[in-house]
Amino acid sequence: MEILLASAVGILTASGVYLILRLRSFPVILGLSLITYAVNVFLFATGRLAVGAPPILNKYAEVAYTDPLPQALVLTAIVISFGMTAVVVMIALGAYLSARHDKIDMTSADEAGDDA
Amino acid sequence: MSLFLIAALPFLGAVFPALLIRAGRNAAASSAGFTTLLAFIGLMLHAPAVLRGEVIQASVDWLPGLGLNANFFLDGLGFLFATLILGIGLLIIIYARFYLTREDPMGQFYSYLLLFQGAMVGIVLSDNILMLLVFWELTSLSSFLLIGYWKHLPEGRQGARMALAVTGSGGLAMIGGMLILGNIAGSYDLTVILQHKEAIQASPLYLPALILILLGAFTKSAQFPFHFWLPHAMAAPTPVSAYLHSATMVKAGLFLMARMWPVLAGTPEWFYIVATTGLVTMVLGAVIALFKDDLKALLAFSTVSHLGLITMLLGFGTKIAAVAAVFHIINHATFKAALFMSAGIVDHEAHTRDIKRLGGLRHLMPITFTIVIIASLSMAGIPPLNGFLSKEMMLEEAYHTTWLGSHWVIPGLAVLAAVFSAAYSFRYIAHVFLGPKRDDYPTTPHDPPAGLWLAPAFLVLLVIFIGLNSNGVAGPLVSAAANAVIGDDLPYYSLKLWHGVTPALYMSAIAVIGGLLFLSQHKRLEAFWNALPRPEAKVIFEALVNGLVRAARAGSDALHNGAISRYAAIMIVFTTGLTYAAFRTGTLAAPTRSVQEAGVLPVIGWICLVVATLAVVMKHRNRLLALVLIGVVGLVVSLSFNYLSAPDLALTQISVEVVTIVLMLLALNFMPKDTPVETPLGKRLRDITISIFAGLGSGGLIYALMTRDFAAAPISEYHLANSYKGGGGTNVVNVILVDFRGFDTFGEIIVLGIAALVIFALTEAILGSRVRARLLNRKPDMPRAGDAHPLMMVVATRVMMPLALMVAAFIFFRGHNLPGGGFIAGLIAAIAVIMQYMASGFAWASERQRFFFHGIIGSGVLIAAATGMGAWFNGLPFLTSAFGYIDWPLLEEFEWATAALFDLGVFLAVVGAVMLALESLARFAWQPGMETEHAMDINPARDDVAEDEKEA
Repeated sequence: MEILLASAVGILTASGVYLILRLRSFPVILGLSLITYAVNVFLFATGRLAVGAPPILNKYAEVAYTDPLPQALVLTAIVISFGMTAVVVMIALGAYLSARHDKIDMTSADEAGDDA
Repeated sequence: MSLFLIAALPFLGAVFPALLIRAGRNAAASSAGFTTLLAFIGLMLHAPAVLRGEVIQASVDWLPGLGLNANFFLDGLGFLFATLILGIGLLIIIYARFYLTREDPMGQFYSYLLLFQGAMVGIVLSDNILMLLVFWELTSLSSFLLIGYWKHLPEGRQGARMALAVTGSGGLAMIGGMLILGNIAGSYDLTVILQHKEAIQASPLYLPALILILLGAFTKSAQFPFHFWLPHAMAAPTPVSAYLHSATMVKAGLFLMARMWPVLAGTPEWFYIVATTGLVTMVLGAVIALFKDDLKALLAFSTVSHLGLITMLLGFGTKIAAVAAVFHIINHATFKAALFMSAGIVDHEAHTRDIKRLGGLRHLMPITFTIVIIASLSMAGIPPLNGFLSKEMMLEEAYHTTWLGSHWVIPGLAVLAAVFSAAYSFRYIAHVFLGPKRDDYPTTPHDPPAGLWLAPAFLVLLVIFIGLNSNGVAGPLVSAAANAVIGDDLPYYSLKLWHGVTPALYMSAIAVIGGLLFLSQHKRLEAFWNALPRPEAKVIFEALVNGLVRAARAGSDALHNGAISRYAAIMIVFTTGLTYAAFRTGTLAAPTRSVQEAGVLPVIGWICLVVATLAVVMKHRNRLLALVLIGVVGLVVSLSFNYLSAPDLALTQISVEVVTIVLMLLALNFMPKDTPVETPLGKRLRDITISIFAGLGSGGLIYALMTRDFAAAPISEYHLANSYKGGGGTNVVNVILVDFRGFDTFGEIIVLGIAALVIFALTEAILGSRVRARLLNRKPDMPRAGDAHPLMMVVATRVMMPLALMVAAFIFFRGHNLPGGGFIAGLIAAIAVIMQYMASGFAWASERQRFFFHGIIGSGVLIAAATGMGAWFNGLPFLTSAFGYIDWPLLEEFEWATAALFDLGVFLAVVGAVMLALESLARFAWQPGMETEHAMDINPARDDVAEDEKEA
């Protein structure tokens, strides 16, 4: 199972990186989302993998629990990454509407200044 | 008065003039004056102790780990400078009140002046050299504001920039030198450093440290070849010039050399660098000053020359020379401040300070004439004024000093400088005030009101008193300051007028006679001087700066060409390479955990995930399809969380997935639906290679991590053990979020709220620009659905709304003990509302919205904060939670916990943030005349039914 998860993280990262290297804003956002998954799963997996051992305390029996701390960290990371995605989407949309194209690389004409 | 207060008073006082200027210019000036007076009185209260030779200290540990502590100390040297800074500062404040005109923003002036004054006081009182450096930079910055005070004058702006560039870069060099020094001494406290003379001078780093520190001191004190900024700083109003160039700014460099004298001086390196620089500066400044027609330029170069003189004396490295240097610092401050102020008076009254257009003013301005004659003669070194005393001491020392084995270089050049110095001093008197009265002044000059001449008059009184009774007036101060510089065993010296017929007396006589001679031949000398080729410092400086700017621009343009994809590629390659290097050079322990068997479910999930991910990459040009596929990825990720014992994560991931996809769909509505093929195949292959390496790196890393045990015992043991006992909840993840690491969560919701507000602000900005017109006239690029709000969907979502909210409530309440909590409940509630927006339309939904989302975010953060603060009332730290159990009859045991209240804050913040983000995006779609006023065609509550009837 560790191999499956590690390879999934690798594939998500590789796909995300490839999309981030594209020239339009939308694929870059998709790439960021993929990398977000990869990072969240990565962080989660630092607590090691366990099946059927949720960190919900059982008052009546001694059972095994998985590491709760990475879960708490990843939970907030997921919510924050939504915030980040939303801001990036907004910036991309604003840039597209102002510049009328969604290329992410600036040309010298852009640097001259488009005030809108 | 505490040293902290003395140093802080000018900074605190800087606020008042800026505020009180509304109450009039007198209010602004007197607030500045009173603050300075208060600090001055506070300083004087320490005078008896300091003059007895005591050192007053005040210290507070600030960042002891970095050696950065707020330590102040006051010894004789600091006391001398602080007295000059505050005392002359007070006179300048009075003078400036009458000098500045109605058009000048006086509140700003006094604020800047007090800022500068505070920075200067900070320099001279600092014990910690790091703090001294901070104040040092502050003087550069505040003097920039002062020199550029007349913003409308290009000379003012250029002069200010030049001063900042020169003194600021010197300051940078000095930081390096000071750090080296602190490193050698093992402490950043001056009092400690000053006791490590042998260690410092024996260190191989002595010379670099010396050069770096001297760069700072020389640039500040306008020593050759950095002297050029000072004359250009004369574009400032005269009170600024009088303050900066007589007693403060330029003396900071001298102060530093005097301060460091005990540890740095006495070596040949010190002598040849410092004394030679001082000598060259002294001669050069004196020669140039004689040929300047602008009164302030004349005084500026004479200041350069006198600074050179003091530097040279410090450079001699003998104790008696150091005493002379300290004495001349006092004398120069008195007569030079008076002279600058008098030049300002002439400028103010005659509306010109060009010597060629002046002359004969003694009949018109007798008071000013008296002041100038005393101050100038002191500058020329005429007995019985104070300038004579220190100049004699200088000549005496110069006579005894050999330079590279030569006995005549230093005395000869010192006499030459003295001749020119006498000549320009006489010239100020003769060409401005003597001679026949003219009838072509720009305006008819006359003596100014008392406010302008009182301050310089007071200073020339000092000039006379120090000259006549130097031991009585300045003696204790000189000995206390000299003690601080050279240690306890003061050499024999006497501050008196008549030392007998000494070589210095001959040299003085030569200087005076030579000066008179030069003045009488001024016209011929000037013609000769003008015929000489001279490098123009300003041109060279501007060329240098422009060259640097061009080089920097070329460099940054080459690196920073605006191609974000290139930056991303470089960053990823670099990170991957770095990680690989770490992997190669480090050691990897053998795996300690065995790989777990994977059942059928994980394999199926893996296949789904891989296929979907690869499909996203393959099909990313079709943006809508890619979005659907990425939803699949998110779904598999949340299922895996659930499978791997993380139910909370699964719930969070799946609800975030929903809002994210909705958000992206909203954005995609306005963006092109396809991505064109732009990159050539070669570049795509390169990108694929980069991504494969990045993927291998992250996958390999997590695999290595998962097959090994924890290096140290994880802190989660503690969380598991105390979750129920200490936090009152059995869902450990939730207890961590709201209790153990509640402060993190508190920060988290604030960040989320800020992100939503940023989105809102961006929307406002975009909709406020000309983009709005484009949006209003936008033609949809895809065919619209026939029915924007299908009946079935509208009905279904409205029925779902209460159900969804109840699920949210359920998830919220059980969160402390079972999977759930504020984050997840907030997302679910937000989805419930979003459904209404989607099905019934933006207008319909926002009509029914009673609370602004901003308010919901704010109330969430405030509730969380208030819950945290509640712990204070029980004397516990912020966010300590309390809980207990209530037995309600007929119901189960019921738990209450303050953490639930905190979770409520989280809930509200999440709802508000998600909704504000999506609502902002949705506002882009609004267009006039949209047929979405009514969500359903058949609506019993239709408000236009009545209007239709009315029209009929």
